[in-house]
Amino acid sequence: MAMDDVAASWVRFFTFSSVNVAYVAIGCVLLGAAAGMVGCFAFLRKRSLLGDALAHAALPGICVAFLLTGSKDPVVILLGAVASCWIGALTVDWITRCTRCKEDSALGIVLSVFFGVGILLLTHIQHSGNAAQAGLDRFLFGQAAGLVARDVKILAGTAVLLCCVVALLYKEFKVILFDPDFARAAGLPVRRLEIALATVIVLAVGIGLQAVGVVLMAAMLVTPAAAARYWTDRLSAMLALAAVLGGVSGALGAWASYVAARMPTGPWMVVCVTGLFFASFLLAPGRGLAARLLRLRRFRRKTAVENLLRTLYQFGEAGQDWNTPRSLPELLERRGASMRELRRTLARLGRAGLVSEAAPGMFTLTADGAARGARVTRVHRLWEVYLTRKLEIAPDRVHDDAEEIEHVLTPELERRLAETLEYPERDPHGSRIPRAGRISISQGT
Amino acid sequence: MADAFWIILVGALAASACGVIGCFLVLRRQAMMGDAISHGVLPGIVIAFVMTGSRNIAPMFLAAGAMGLLTAFLTDVLARRGRLQSDAAMGVTFTWLFAVGVILVTRYADAVDLDVECVLYGEILFTPFNRFEWGGFDLGPKAVWTTGAALAANAVFLTLGYPKLKLCTFDPGLAAALGVRVALWHYLLMAFTSMTTVACFESVGAVLVVAMLIAPANTAYLLTDRLSIMLAIAAVVGVISAVSGYLLAYQLDGAIAAGMTVTSGALFALAALFSPRHGVVTRAWRRVRVKTPG
Repeated sequence: MAMDDVAASWVRFFTFSSVNVAYVAIGCVLLGAAAGMVGCFAFLRKRSLLGDALAHAALPGICVAFLLTGSKDPVVILLGAVASCWIGALTVDWITRCTRCKEDSALGIVLSVFFGVGILLLTHIQHSGNAAQAGLDRFLFGQAAGLVARDVKILAGTAVLLCCVVALLYKEFKVILFDPDFARAAGLPVRRLEIALATVIVLAVGIGLQAVGVVLMAAMLVTPAAAARYWTDRLSAMLALAAVLGGVSGALGAWASYVAARMPTGPWMVVCVTGLFFASFLLAPGRGLAARLLRLRRFRRKTAVENLLRTLYQFGEAGQDWNTPRSLPELLERRGASMRELRRTLARLGRAGLVSEAAPGMFTLTADGAARGARVTRVHRLWEVYLTRKLEIAPDRVHDDAEEIEHVLTPELERRLAETLEYPERDPHGSRIPRAGRISISQGT
Repeated sequence: MADAFWIILVGALAASACGVIGCFLVLRRQAMMGDAISHGVLPGIVIAFVMTGSRNIAPMFLAAGAMGLLTAFLTDVLARRGRLQSDAAMGVTFTWLFAVGVILVTRYADAVDLDVECVLYGEILFTPFNRFEWGGFDLGPKAVWTTGAALAANAVFLTLGYPKLKLCTFDPGLAAALGVRVALWHYLLMAFTSMTTVACFESVGAVLVVAMLIAPANTAYLLTDRLSIMLAIAAVVGVISAVSGYLLAYQLDGAIAAGMTVTSGALFALAALFSPRHGVVTRAWRRVRVKTPG
């Protein structure tokens, strides 16, 4: 498709040129937002796949509701679905509590067996020749394109109800999510709140069936929540963000099925929301993969720089002479790094004004560099003293640990450490510990 | 009647192939991995269909097996690199792959002789008509051969790997300390789960695969505390659910694979209630007997 066509279809789609398009779009956005918000609770309770099991468990309820009433009215179907979701949730609970089977098994059994019952009933209805059943199977994968005014009203009503319940019980839900023991001690009705939370999830599954279908409903619950988690540590922000991500993918999914006539909306919603998830996973600041790799690289660089400064400082310690330039092979012998790495670190130190190249291939510390080297050496040795004296670890075992801590100890901790150890003069190996804050080198004389 | 025999045989072979491998998934608390893989293989199956234009078994095996491993691998990556809980990682991965699969099925609906119903509950009813012919001889339905091969492959894998798998399952820490490559065995198990899923997928569909991986293994788990016996019971329970499921579906005129799923669930419920040692009712009964002496 050409870019112009894409743009034109965007415009036609989002100006709601046809009322049916509007219903589909509104329905999908509301559903995505409601499911995204509610899914956060399941995600944070570490029961992400509960939504999957419950969505599958809705199918027999839909079939029974149809068998009993003979109608496909959305309210009837929703009630049937919610009822059988509830039975599914109770069964999962019963299996985990009363038998030796674990939760994952309980979820899997409820998911497959309830779904099997649903399929058995569905095929039974289909083979019975009842003309009214046509279209009952759309609850498997959903058919957002078939949403009409009444469906959207019910969807909107339920979505608003869900938002109200979450807003009213926000604090209570938050407590049972993060500290159920405290909730119990504070006298909150934990059991009843958990039932309310499960009902909220069941309702979200119920309204999702028409648009996304039972098979893919799980994604609309888990994926927006997992994506939102990368961006924030606050529950309120996470709920809002998950709702936005779910809503956006609802709109994108509706658009995709509008552009390509036969394309199913539900799967496209799922693909869109997963796209947003992967973008968050890679790019979110703080918890995203790129940000974490960047931090790791920065830390590695800092470690390499500080290690080299300490080496140069220690070279000078022997004769209290920090002015003699050191050659690359000398440095290489002390530091177990490759030549390339060493050159790169030296270049970085040179740019930072910590090391100067006295002659080609010969390096010496500047005053700033010597101060930094002294500080790293000091922290290293203080930590060795601490480990041997306070934790009574043998002196020959403390070096590796100090090698790591010297890069992370803050000046404040360094000061407290020295104070606790009563300003030791020498480390366990007999080397002198450089004093704090004093540059023990006179440069360029 | 001969048709019924073939259908039940395919169901029984698929059920026991899934049942034995499912025992390990259940014991390792990765039961939902069966669900994830059986959904995740869908795009592989469709891609193989579209590329070869036929239901040739070899490319389907490769593509779907690769997808199954990709599901396990992506779950692993998201859980470790993405710092997600493993169930959330699984949920994100397999729903995405399944959605892609459904989109591909819709996109290539004309080219592919495969619809979403077949994906969900298979075409076990038609297995007797899809014959395997070799050198002009009729060697019976194809599905019997694929599911039978899956069962044989699983039997060989589990027999050869039994000690190491057992160790990795019950004490991964000790296994690692003894030099067993825990990750390798994990992925081998996932590979065989994918293979089994694909082999059974065409005839019995995704639903029954999940049920057969999880339900008989849990039934067996309720009946014994020994791994070797658990494997045997799971296979037998699988066969029983296949036979009784066929009869149930026949009575109700419904999908046969769904019938088998339902009976496997019923057998699990029976075991949960009346297992000699772990059943809910038997335990309650024992308590009553202890309280009322004489």
